[in-house]
Amino acid sequence: MDWNLIFTRAIEAGIGTEAVIYALAAIGLNIHFGYTGLLNFGQAGFVAVGAYGLATMIATFGLPFWVGVLTGIAGAVVFALLLGIPTLRLRADYLAIVTIAAAEIVRLVVRSIALQGTFGGTDGLEAFSDGFYSMNPYGPGEYGIGPIGFDNRTMWVLTVGWVLVAVFCVLVYLAMNSPWGRVLKAIREDEDAVRSLGKNVFSYKMQALVFGGVVGAFAGFLFALSRAATQPDLFSTELTFYAYTVLILGGAARVLGPVIGAALFWLLLILVKTGMEEAVNHQVITFISVNQVGAINYMLVGLGLVLLLIFRPQGILGDKREIALDAR
Amino acid sequence: MHAETVSEKKAAALAAFATLETEPGVAKPDPILVVDKVVRRFGGLTAVNVDHMEVQRGSITALIGPNGAGKTTFFNQLTGFDTADEGDWTFNGRSLRGVPAHRVARHGMVRTFQLTKALSKLTVVENMRLGAQNQRGENFFRSLIPGFWRGQEDEITERAEELLERFKLDAKRDDFAGSLSGGQRKLLEMARALMVSPELVMLDEPMAGVNPALTQSLLGHVKALREEGMTVLFVEHDMDMVRDISDWVIVMAQGSVIAEGPPDTIMADHRVIDAYLGAHHDAPMSVEEAEEQLQEAEAEIEAEIEEKA
Amino acid sequence: MRSAVIAFTAFLGGLILFLAAPTAWADGEALKGTLQNQGQPVSGVKISAVTDSNAPVGDATSDAKGEWSIAVPKPGTYKVTLDAKTLPSGVALKFKDRSSLTLQVYEGNVRNVLFPLVSAGAANQGGGQGADTNTDTVWDELAQLLFDGLALGLIIALGALGISLIFGTTGLTNFAHGELLTIGAFIAYVFNTAGLHLLIAAPLAVIVAAGFGYGQERFFWGPLRRRKTGLVSMMIISIGLAIFLRYLLLFIFKGENLPYEQYVAQDGIQLGPISTTPKGLVAMGVEIVVLILVGLALMFTRLGKATRAVSDNPALAASSGINVDRIIRIVWAAGTAVAGLAGVLLGTTQILNYQMGQQVLLLMFAGVTLGGLGTAFGALVGSLVVGIFVQVSTLWIPPELKTVGALVVLILVLLVRPQGILGRRERIG
Repeated sequence: MDWNLIFTRAIEAGIGTEAVIYALAAIGLNIHFGYTGLLNFGQAGFVAVGAYGLATMIATFGLPFWVGVLTGIAGAVVFALLLGIPTLRLRADYLAIVTIAAAEIVRLVVRSIALQGTFGGTDGLEAFSDGFYSMNPYGPGEYGIGPIGFDNRTMWVLTVGWVLVAVFCVLVYLAMNSPWGRVLKAIREDEDAVRSLGKNVFSYKMQALVFGGVVGAFAGFLFALSRAATQPDLFSTELTFYAYTVLILGGAARVLGPVIGAALFWLLLILVKTGMEEAVNHQVITFISVNQVGAINYMLVGLGLVLLLIFRPQGILGDKREIALDAR
Repeated sequence: MHAETVSEKKAAALAAFATLETEPGVAKPDPILVVDKVVRRFGGLTAVNVDHMEVQRGSITALIGPNGAGKTTFFNQLTGFDTADEGDWTFNGRSLRGVPAHRVARHGMVRTFQLTKALSKLTVVENMRLGAQNQRGENFFRSLIPGFWRGQEDEITERAEELLERFKLDAKRDDFAGSLSGGQRKLLEMARALMVSPELVMLDEPMAGVNPALTQSLLGHVKALREEGMTVLFVEHDMDMVRDISDWVIVMAQGSVIAEGPPDTIMADHRVIDAYLGAHHDAPMSVEEAEEQLQEAEAEIEAEIEEKA
Repeated sequence: MRSAVIAFTAFLGGLILFLAAPTAWADGEALKGTLQNQGQPVSGVKISAVTDSNAPVGDATSDAKGEWSIAVPKPGTYKVTLDAKTLPSGVALKFKDRSSLTLQVYEGNVRNVLFPLVSAGAANQGGGQGADTNTDTVWDELAQLLFDGLALGLIIALGALGISLIFGTTGLTNFAHGELLTIGAFIAYVFNTAGLHLLIAAPLAVIVAAGFGYGQERFFWGPLRRRKTGLVSMMIISIGLAIFLRYLLLFIFKGENLPYEQYVAQDGIQLGPISTTPKGLVAMGVEIVVLILVGLALMFTRLGKATRAVSDNPALAASSGINVDRIIRIVWAAGTAVAGLAGVLLGTTQILNYQMGQQVLLLMFAGVTLGGLGTAFGALVGSLVVGIFVQVSTLWIPPELKTVGALVVLILVLLVRPQGILGRRERIG
């Protein structure tokens, strides 16, 4: 077994594109769920709106890169408003079902044959990332320390990604330590109490939904750009659920929770996956095939989520007294 | 109950009521809240059907009635937490029909809840700060630049600390509200309501679940509200408390106001006694209602046993 | 003349299979068909498929039952060709110019492909005539869609019933309920492939599923509730459990589409304007009977009344002497059994797949939500509405978007009536 390979891949995954994308998606979820208590199960929808907003403007309509970015952000805002108006007055469980439905609507619409000309159907869209990579300051080649390294395109994605993560963490820190954030945390606990104190709860929830949704759209930008392609089925409900796993692993209602969670989630996932693949390839494990490793890996994700919530719902950084999990 | 000197405000309130008829819906000299024909139905059940009711400014008015009389539902209509099917009501001459709860609070009509809603995962002082109005930092964009709101936050904190001191909660300032006792939560909720700077304070069963040791202090605080010029409307079951602090009593039964008057006369009113003793004799009941009443009756008996003990 | 009638019947048979297979909500796209001549299967015929850019996708040979299927990687346009040289002697294509068909496969669609066969010599040289006999009026189409919608709605209702009862009694929104369908279907598959006829395997699977549900409550959810785990927490735990179970099934059964041994292909029957299969009718019959039985049990048995009492107010039910824990365990067992049955019935009308339950989960949630969370009868009504809406909406919208239509309607209904169709408003304060 090549332990070097296993650890190199795991560490690369922990700081790599997936970790950045999930960190951003989970920062958005943290604003929704961690701080405001909104059980948004449609984060994949926001990520999809970001990715497709960017890709469609550039690939289908031939508009410049920045128009794509602005469209993705505007799309996330509109999606949040559309989603929020019917759902934010509902109970948490209704909200969960409606948001998951809304995210599926987005996925089914962008993969539909009827709109293939615009969104590319199941093949998705390509050829929209030149504008982004033309800004790449890294010359061609490999960059890295020791065995850990990335090519110049990935380096550019990671640089932009981690800067975005840092920026959003600062914004979340400032917002959540302000009177605005105090209203959100109060809503998480008891909306009626907040209403009786003269705060427009609906408006605050909507603001939180928009804020977190826009962060999700940025995850979508990176998702699309890092692959130089979008496919509708990347934005299935599992993306949302893995983002929840990331958030809860790191610690909900903590500024750095999603970041630590994303890095650790991907590090562990790839560590186990590569480890098992190596073990199978070297006949250390003989009763499964390499094809089954993926299934086992996701079984472990599911199991991990269950065990986390039972034994450490506050995750790594969280404060058990503060999280919204015991609320309805 | 020891004899007390009648304060100026109390005297003024009593004087206002002195000449009034003790009829339901009687007009008050200076009403802060006027209710007209408010109806709320749940399916076939009419929970609230108040023809006319006025609340005198600067008074402490009690709203009493047997369980299921619709008091809390009525509170919910008035404060915008539920939508009335019919009717209108004005606060300081301004119609509040269809006005959402948070606007009602901003107009100066602030309520508390029967089941205390202290925000237990916020500290006591954060609970208090939340009550303040027009905090500039509650706007998302301004919240990102602390310079915009720090100064105002300091003023708010100062006011919060004064109130906490008055309600004897200053020692708990930085504790999570969840760590407070039931009575302390009631106090916190009342103090937090005062942070809104209300004109009319609506207390839904302020004494429910309060340790007897704290009762006197709570009563004192309610009276103090009137001394500061606020109007109090409260729902209560504890007749001793009603007699002790209220200037005027409004009695509800089966959704309607059936009697009004000063506390001493109202306790002897035959309509009130009928309502308490025979409230549901003639009304057909569904199984669920029957169960609910049974449960409530049990709770009442238990409460009485506790009182006597 | 006689052979023309036979050919037409064969054509209709294929058409019926195409219409009656309510497979369109599955995700695994495929092409399949059954080759028959005069009601007899035709085996050993080679069929191949290519994409619209002529890239080969796969080929298949019809088996002893005349069946063949080719999995396709994704929705799109495919050209399917029957190799006429491989037809047995004495059998020919009815329309000689139709050995290649270009077809659209939609998302989740297992597209039936029809190659009408006739005894050699009777082949129609002109072609196309057979299709002209199929002039459905809008009303016939509507009747067919209503029927298909009812079939889908009944399956959803079986699943939704469990979701609703479990929500009502424990407050849990169970995201792993779709997997309960899948597990039921696969348990039956295990019994079935072990040699038991499906008619024996299915009831056994339902019993095992009931045990699984009971055990799940007894050893997992019950202890979690006693730990005072919050409802949101439990909801997310159910998501973790769903992921775990789904990939466990993938691990054990691979990602393949598996059929039961019996009732895979059946000749269709025609009821007025409605085309269906005997198994489809039997499935609907079973579903209706089970739903009525559960409904009656809830209304009139002690257990049913106790269940409704627990849904209404667990504390009050407990104080009036009802053993709440026992009721909840029975609800879990019954809910899982009914879900397992739904899975088996779904498996007879479509192919088994590790994602089959997850794919109807949202529709079940839509049914439950539409009816009002926690009201069992609301869930039934809501599910039927969802099923019928999904199918009938294809009159106006592309079939691939029919789920979107249902979900949009769900959101719109909640906008107008947040408590659902039969739900009650909550008291505040």
